Amino acid sequence: MTAEAQGNGGKPVDSCGKACEGVKVVEFAAYAAGPVVGKHLGDHGATVVHVESRGRPDGFRMQYPPYTDNQPGINRSGTFALCNNNKYSVTMDLKTASGLDLARRAVAWADVVIENFTPGTMKRLGLGYEELSEINPSLVMLSSCNQGQTGPHAKHPGFGSQLTSLSGFTHLTGHPDGDPCLLYGPYIDFIGVGYGLIAVLAALDYRKRTGRGAHIDLAQYEAGLQFMAPVVLDYSANGHVMERMGNRDPEAAPHGVYSCIGEDRWCAVSVCSDEEWGHLRLAMGEPVWAADPRYDTLEGRKADEDEIDKRLGLWTSGFEPAALMALLQERGVRAGVVNRVQDLQTDPQYAHRGIWQAIEHPEMGTFHYQSPPFVLSETPATLDRPSPCLGEHNERFFVEILGVARSEYEALVSEGVC
Amino acid sequence: MEADSKPDTSRRQAVSGQVGGTLSGSNGEAGMLQSYTVLDLTGEIGHLAGKILGDLGADVIKIEPPGGDPGRRHGPFFADEPDPERSLRWFAYNSNKRGITLSLDSEPGRDVFLRLVRGADFLFESFAPGYLDGLGLGYSRLGREAPKLVMVSVTPYGQTGPYAGYAAGDLELMATSGLMSVLGSPDREPVRATLPQSYLWAGMSAAMGALTAHHSRSEAGGGQHVDVSAQAGTLWAMAPAPTFWDVLGQDVVRDGQFVTGRSVTGAKMRAIYRCEDGYLNFIIYGGAAGRATNSALVKWMHDVGFAPGYAGEVDWGAFDVTTVTQEEMDRIEEPVATFLRGRTKREFMREATERRMLGYPVATAEDILADEQLEARDFWQDVEHPDLGVALRYPGGFAKFSSGFCGIRRPAPRVGEHNAEIYGGELGMAAEELDRLSASGVI
Repeated sequence: MTAEAQGNGGKPVDSCGKACEGVKVVEFAAYAAGPVVGKHLGDHGATVVHVESRGRPDGFRMQYPPYTDNQPGINRSGTFALCNNNKYSVTMDLKTASGLDLARRAVAWADVVIENFTPGTMKRLGLGYEELSEINPSLVMLSSCNQGQTGPHAKHPGFGSQLTSLSGFTHLTGHPDGDPCLLYGPYIDFIGVGYGLIAVLAALDYRKRTGRGAHIDLAQYEAGLQFMAPVVLDYSANGHVMERMGNRDPEAAPHGVYSCIGEDRWCAVSVCSDEEWGHLRLAMGEPVWAADPRYDTLEGRKADEDEIDKRLGLWTSGFEPAALMALLQERGVRAGVVNRVQDLQTDPQYAHRGIWQAIEHPEMGTFHYQSPPFVLSETPATLDRPSPCLGEHNERFFVEILGVARSEYEALVSEGVC
Repeated sequence: MEADSKPDTSRRQAVSGQVGGTLSGSNGEAGMLQSYTVLDLTGEIGHLAGKILGDLGADVIKIEPPGGDPGRRHGPFFADEPDPERSLRWFAYNSNKRGITLSLDSEPGRDVFLRLVRGADFLFESFAPGYLDGLGLGYSRLGREAPKLVMVSVTPYGQTGPYAGYAAGDLELMATSGLMSVLGSPDREPVRATLPQSYLWAGMSAAMGALTAHHSRSEAGGGQHVDVSAQAGTLWAMAPAPTFWDVLGQDVVRDGQFVTGRSVTGAKMRAIYRCEDGYLNFIIYGGAAGRATNSALVKWMHDVGFAPGYAGEVDWGAFDVTTVTQEEMDRIEEPVATFLRGRTKREFMREATERRMLGYPVATAEDILADEQLEARDFWQDVEHPDLGVALRYPGGFAKFSSGFCGIRRPAPRVGEHNAEIYGGELGMAAEELDRLSASGVI
């Protein structure tokens, strides 16, 4: 399919199969780093089973607003929803022998197990890779955790928003004369998600060719540090500790966000060559201040960057951000509106790609689920099932898919195992 | 497949963190994707994708224009000397690749490219949408030449749509993705992370898409075109912020050192505290782990003779972060801030680990390179750079696999370093043909 032929809003015209159809996934996972790997597989057709227990459901259900109507509820968290569409939810109490038996039967059925418990937890339950690979020798198992399955800090519990600080991102976000700033949420979890998906797909390919399974020990810390590699090298090679510098860039000027019409509205503008500076001058209508020949070189512009920022900001403040972006792009200058959270659903490019897929949820009403950042020309993602209510698919999975006898299933329900 | 012959010892080694020693590298051990060939035509926005497949053992060939990839011009540089063979940013995201030069501007160059494509499993490219089509090298052509090819196009906004023709660097992508709107202090303008991040989200997304497409193809065919948007890749970095608008019609705004959106009352919690030698990330939080952390902090205060004030009065067993008010959070924060102000980063890390408290130092490059956990897991790889006469310390593999090595196998190529090896040795081109192509500026 040619690039031109794809202009259909990123949605499949007639999906001829799904890339991961037939792949069976069981998640003993909660929050983001494990479950979103399963979501990506589910978006592409895999059968994904999200395992929870009624005593201790996924933490995102319990502790993470936003809740529909601002009323906390087990099936009302938007954060849980975002991470779990296109999945089945089943419950099993892993503190009971029958619950563990169910877990083992699920693993025997699966191609892939995803878990993100604190290291040692699965082992303690008798569900470590060694035990599970005896049940299912070709199993691909992803163990994703903060700092890895081994080492002195392996068992230290932690959340992604904090691991983002341990990995150096926080130190590099903010102004040089101010305190470091958070990267909003569990930034590093989603790096772990991307690498986790890559690892699982690579292991499935390896299994296809060799018949062998694999255990993947993914420390989100180590995955996250891939995104910090130049910072590591600058220290190991040069002894430099990279510092935060707001929006400045040593290789470009001007390079920042500039005020526009409206409260807290901004547009990013960057000039990465002397030629682009010429384009910006023309776009501004060749004001006298910008004709200063010192500004014809990067060095000259860097030397007077505060002044240039002030002047440029005065000019941009007369524009709506979207109008400024369009004008500057037309004139060959890089520019981009600072989209607010409230702008994301209406951003024309996100809309064109069908990033937000509206699906009805039984308790939440219409929720907009997030599509993957890549579109496959022949087997695109299909987001078509809402995030599940707790235990919604117990009967479907245990009886119809796993083949547990109905009488046994009913006994397990009455015993409170699932 | 070489990995077949690897005995189970490799599995035990990898699980215990022994594979990929700092000087030993892969020890020649195969990776999960050892049998695949990848062509990499990308600029900086896509460099990471091929590097990732290389981490997993694929044979990645970086194709640069004669004279070198523009990505080589970005710092930081080795010994602070700007030089296309010294860019640390280039090194970081082009290791595990062999390098050749080739211009696609002439017919002979395009012919050579098509020969390479016929032998390739993956192609990554990041030209402006339509550029390769204009050369007759779009997916419509390449897919015919190589029916099993997975071609991945990485651009700021994707191949089609209202922004498809827009130019963007990291700053613009941080802005339009929406991520920047939640970074920075409320009293100043929004900021990006100083080290460009959007290109990495784009490159990782490209590798995710490539392997998803790969999963569904067969030996004979089933290739497809993967359209990656850097904007959409970076959007994942701010999850779950967009859900607040979707569920509650609430905007989420940057709040500097504070965590927002955890309490239905709108209360926010400080997450960045000053300490004696920098900053710590510590949050008064709910849930089982949070409540245990808060109790452990109070105990730590008592242990060192620090009066916990209001933090000592809270019934942490009953503390509910989803309904806490700002007034209560402020009362809790005061003694916590005073206490943490007197700790060092190292002391906090040690105590948090021993007391099983949530929280970490706000680490700098220096802290990261000194981390005992990474050392114990043999994470770092010291990679020889013969022309610089040094070994540089790199982040090692992104994960440890029970069989197969994941990590750095070779440093980034010098400009045209593997021209003779690939054109002569592997494509079988005669020396005179190579000379002719070289003289006419094709390679």
